[in-house]
Amino acid sequence: MSKKANKVIEVDAVVVKFAGDSGDGMQLSGSQFSDTSAFAGNDLATFPDFPSEIRAPQGTIAGVSGFQLHIGHKEVDTPGDQADVLIALNPAALKANMKWVKDGATIIIDIDNFDNKYYKKAGYIEDPLGDGTLTGYNVVKAPITQLSKSTVKDLGLDSKSAERTKNQFALGILYWLFNKDLKYGEEFIENKFGSKKPLLAEANKRVLRSGYNYAETVEALRTTYQINPIKDRKGLFRNITGNIATSWGLLAAAERADIELYLGSYPITPATEILQELSKRKHLGVKTFQAEDEIAGINSAIGASFAGDLAVTSTSGPGLALKGEAIGLAVITELPLVIVNVQRGGPATGLPTKLEQADLMQALYGRNGESPCVVIAASTPADCFHYAFMAGKIALEHMTPVILLTDGYLANGSELWKLPVISKLPEIKPPFVKDNSDYQPYERNPETLVRSWALPGQEGMRHRIGGLEKEDVTGNVSHNPLNHEKMVGLREEKVQRVANYIPELKVSGEDSGDLLVVGWGGSYGALISAVKDCQGEGKKISLAQFNYIKPMPKNTAEVFSKFSKIVVCELNMGQFANYLRMTFPEFEYLQHNKIQGLPFMISELKEKFNQILEA
Amino acid sequence: MAAEIKTTQVVTKADYKSDQVVKWCAGCGDFAILSAVQSALAESQVRKEDVVFVSGIGCSSRFPYYINTYGFHGLHGRGAAIASGVKIANPKLDVWHITGDGDSMAIGGNHFIHLVRRNIDMNVILFNNKIYGLTKGQYSPTTPRGSITKTSPDGTIENPFKPGELVMGAQGTFFARVVDTEPKRMKEVFLEASKHRGTSVVEVLQNCVIFNNRIHNEITGKDVRDDHQIHLEHGKPMIFGKEKNKGLVLRASRLEVVIIGKNGITEKDILVHDVNNPDDTTHYMLVRMTLPEYPVATGVIRFCDCTGTYDAELELQIEKAKAKPEVKSLQELIEQNSFLVE
Repeated sequence: MSKKANKVIEVDAVVVKFAGDSGDGMQLSGSQFSDTSAFAGNDLATFPDFPSEIRAPQGTIAGVSGFQLHIGHKEVDTPGDQADVLIALNPAALKANMKWVKDGATIIIDIDNFDNKYYKKAGYIEDPLGDGTLTGYNVVKAPITQLSKSTVKDLGLDSKSAERTKNQFALGILYWLFNKDLKYGEEFIENKFGSKKPLLAEANKRVLRSGYNYAETVEALRTTYQINPIKDRKGLFRNITGNIATSWGLLAAAERADIELYLGSYPITPATEILQELSKRKHLGVKTFQAEDEIAGINSAIGASFAGDLAVTSTSGPGLALKGEAIGLAVITELPLVIVNVQRGGPATGLPTKLEQADLMQALYGRNGESPCVVIAASTPADCFHYAFMAGKIALEHMTPVILLTDGYLANGSELWKLPVISKLPEIKPPFVKDNSDYQPYERNPETLVRSWALPGQEGMRHRIGGLEKEDVTGNVSHNPLNHEKMVGLREEKVQRVANYIPELKVSGEDSGDLLVVGWGGSYGALISAVKDCQGEGKKISLAQFNYIKPMPKNTAEVFSKFSKIVVCELNMGQFANYLRMTFPEFEYLQHNKIQGLPFMISELKEKFNQILEA
Repeated sequence: MAAEIKTTQVVTKADYKSDQVVKWCAGCGDFAILSAVQSALAESQVRKEDVVFVSGIGCSSRFPYYINTYGFHGLHGRGAAIASGVKIANPKLDVWHITGDGDSMAIGGNHFIHLVRRNIDMNVILFNNKIYGLTKGQYSPTTPRGSITKTSPDGTIENPFKPGELVMGAQGTFFARVVDTEPKRMKEVFLEASKHRGTSVVEVLQNCVIFNNRIHNEITGKDVRDDHQIHLEHGKPMIFGKEKNKGLVLRASRLEVVIIGKNGITEKDILVHDVNNPDDTTHYMLVRMTLPEYPVATGVIRFCDCTGTYDAELELQIEKAKAKPEVKSLQELIEQNSFLVE
C-alpha cells in the first residue's frame, strides 16, 4: 500500500491508551497492539484498567474500560504515567481519561458517539468538542462506527456484530500512526476467531485495514512515528501477563520436582485467570479443582499435598482471609503448599479490579497462633514466573506453606519476557523418604530443620498427622507445655533458615548514598523509573526492591546502613515500613504511601524523592 | 506419586490397631464403630498402605489417630475437602472420611453436599449423635426440634436435618444407615460402602453416653428395635416387626405401613427393595421415614453406579489430553507466540 506520510519521526517511547465502553473490546485491542509491538521488537509494558461490572451502563463513566500500553525502543519499566495517544470511543471515555493524557497529545475520538445523548450520560454539561476542553490537543474526529459498519455491510453480519468491529478501525489508525505491519494484527485476529468464526475474522480484518487506509487520508495524522526495535537484546521473547507467568512458573516447579501439580481454587478477581489457565493444561498432567469456596480450595490442596502433589491455591485478599485457618493447618502439619494472593483493593470486597499492596500484614500474620510461613512477592508481570517457581521450590524443599504476593496490576499487566530453558532451571528436591525407612514424621534435617515427606501408599510408613500440636520427632498429639514452646520455636526457626537459600538483597544504583528508596513487590516499575531519572540528574539515590519478605535477605541491615535516609514506598498505609521498624528498629524510615487503587506515578515519586533529598 | 501394588500381604484386624491410647469416654458408641471399621478393612483385604482416613473436628474426628493407616486430622468441617484433595491427587488410595453431625451438617455442610454432588470415590462415615460432644452438649443441626441443651435452655426452635435427605438432594449414589449397637451389620454396611464406586455415605446412629445418652433408644432399644427399625436388604420385601408381619407398600405416591394378613394384604403386595434403582424416588421416601408413623430405615438404602466418579473422570480427561496434546512440553507452551531477537 502507498504511504503518503509527509514525515516519520523516530521516538524512544510512546504511551497509548485505548478507552471505550466495557463491551467495546478495548482489552482485546490492547492485547492485539501489544503483540504487534512485541513482534516488531519493541519493549513494552501494559496495564488494563476496567470496571468490576461486566457491562456497566453504556456510555457512563462507570462503564469505561481502558488499556494502557507503553512501547519503547529502550527498556520500558511501567505502562507510563500519561498517554501520548488516547483513543476515546465515547464522551465518557474521553472524560474519564483527560487527566491521564499529556499536553498536546493526539486524541482520536469516534465522532459518531459524540452527541447530546452521550454527553449527558458522560456528565458533560457542554459539548466538549466546542467548549475548549480539547484546545491544545491534536484531535482526530473519525466517524469510526459508521465507517466500520459500511466496511462490512456486504458480509451479512447483524448490526450489533458489525458495530463491534469498530475497535479494529481504531486500531487500524494506530497501525498507521506507528508504522506497524498490519500482518501481525491480521494474524492475531486469525488466532482469535480463526476457523471457528471465519465471518467475524474476515470482518475484523477488513475493518482493521479500513482504519489504516482512513488514517492515510487524514490531515491531522500526516506525521507518523517510528519506534525502532530495542537493541542489546538477544534470545527468545514473548509478551506475557503476570497471571499467565504465575501459572507457568508453577508448572515449571512441578516439572523440575518431577511431581504432579494440583490447583484447588475458587474464582475471584483478579486471580481467576490462574485457575483458567491451569485447567487448560491437562495435557501437562495438571489437576485443577474448582472448589465450592475458598476454604475448600485450600483444604483440598492440603489433602493433595499430603498425597504427594505440588499443591497450590490461588486467590485474592478476601479469599486469603478465608484461607487463614487452613494455612495454619499447613504450618502445623509442615506440608508444602503455595498460596498465590493476587492482591486487590480492600477491605471486604473493596476494589476488585484495582491495585493495592495492603495484604502484606495479612500474609505475614493473618492467622491464629504463632503461624509462620514464607512470604515472597513478584515485582513485574514476567518475573511472576520466577517467583512462582521459587514459591514451589521453597515450599517443596522446606516443607512449608509459601504465600506468593502479586497484584492486579502485575496479574493483568504484561511485558516482554525472555524465555527460560525449563530443563536448565534449578532442580527441586523434596525430602521424600524411601519405603520402609525408620520413619518418624517430625524428625528433622539438622541443617534446615525440615521434616521428611512420606506419602500414602508407601510401605512401612503409615502415620497420622493433623491440626493438633505435635510431639517433637514422633508427631503424636501432645499437649505438653514445653513441647509446644519447642515446636513453636522450631517452626519459626525452620522458616528463618530459608534465608540461607535465597539471594542477598541487591540495590539498583550505588551501594551507598543520600537516599535509599525501599519498595516491595509490584511497585518496582515505577520506583526504578523514578530512581533512574533522579540518578540521571546526579542524585545519590538507590533502590532496594524486596521480593523475599519473610525471611528477608540476610544482608538487609547492612544495605540499609550505607544510606543517610531511607524512604519506604508502598500502596498501603505503611505495612512494610512497620514490618521493617519491627525487624530493624535501628533505622529511621520515611514513608511514601498511596491508597487510590492506582499505581505510583513516576512524576509523583520524583517529586517526593527530591523533597526528601532537599530537606 | 503412586506406590506399587503388592498383593501378597495378608491383612488382619490387628494390622489396623494403632499404638495410641483411645481417648473416647467409657461406653461411647465410637468404640464399636472403630472395631467394625477395622474388621471391614481386614475382610476387604485392601492393601493397608493405600488406606487413608481423613477427619474434621469433633469426638468422631479423633478416629484417624486410633487406626493404623495413613491418617489426617483436619479442621472443623473441612475433612470432606481435604479428603477430596487426597483422592483426586492419588485415585489409587482407599479414602475414608470420618465426620460427625456438627462437622458435616453445620460448619462443613457446604463441603458435604458438594462432595456428594461430585461423587468422588470415598467412604464417609457420619457419626450422628445429634449433639455437640467435644464442646460439651450444645445442640447440633440434627438435634430434634424442642430439645433442651446447653444452648437451647428453652428448647430448640430449628428443624433438624436428616443427613440422608441432603445426600439425596445432592444426587448421592450411596446412602446407608446403621446403629452403633449392631457391630455385625455395621461391618457389612461398611464393606458395601467400600465396594461402591463414588461417594458412599454411611450414617451411624451413634450414642453419646455423656451428653445425649439414649438419644437413639427409640430405634435401638432391644424391646422396640424390631418394630421401630426396618432393616433393608436388596431384593427382599420391606418387612419388619417382631412378628415379621408389617410391611411397606406404596399408596397414592406415599409409603404406608400395612399388616400382612389384614385387609387382604399378602407378602406379594409388599415393596421389594431395589437398592440399585437409578431413580431415587423410593430411596428418598425410605430415608425420610420417621417414628412414630414409620419405622426408621437401616441398611443400605441406595447403591447406584449411575454416574461416573469425579476422580476417575478427571483421570480420563487427563489421559485424553495427554494422548492428543496441544503442545508436547512446557517448553513448547511458553514458546508459543515467541520471537527470536538476534
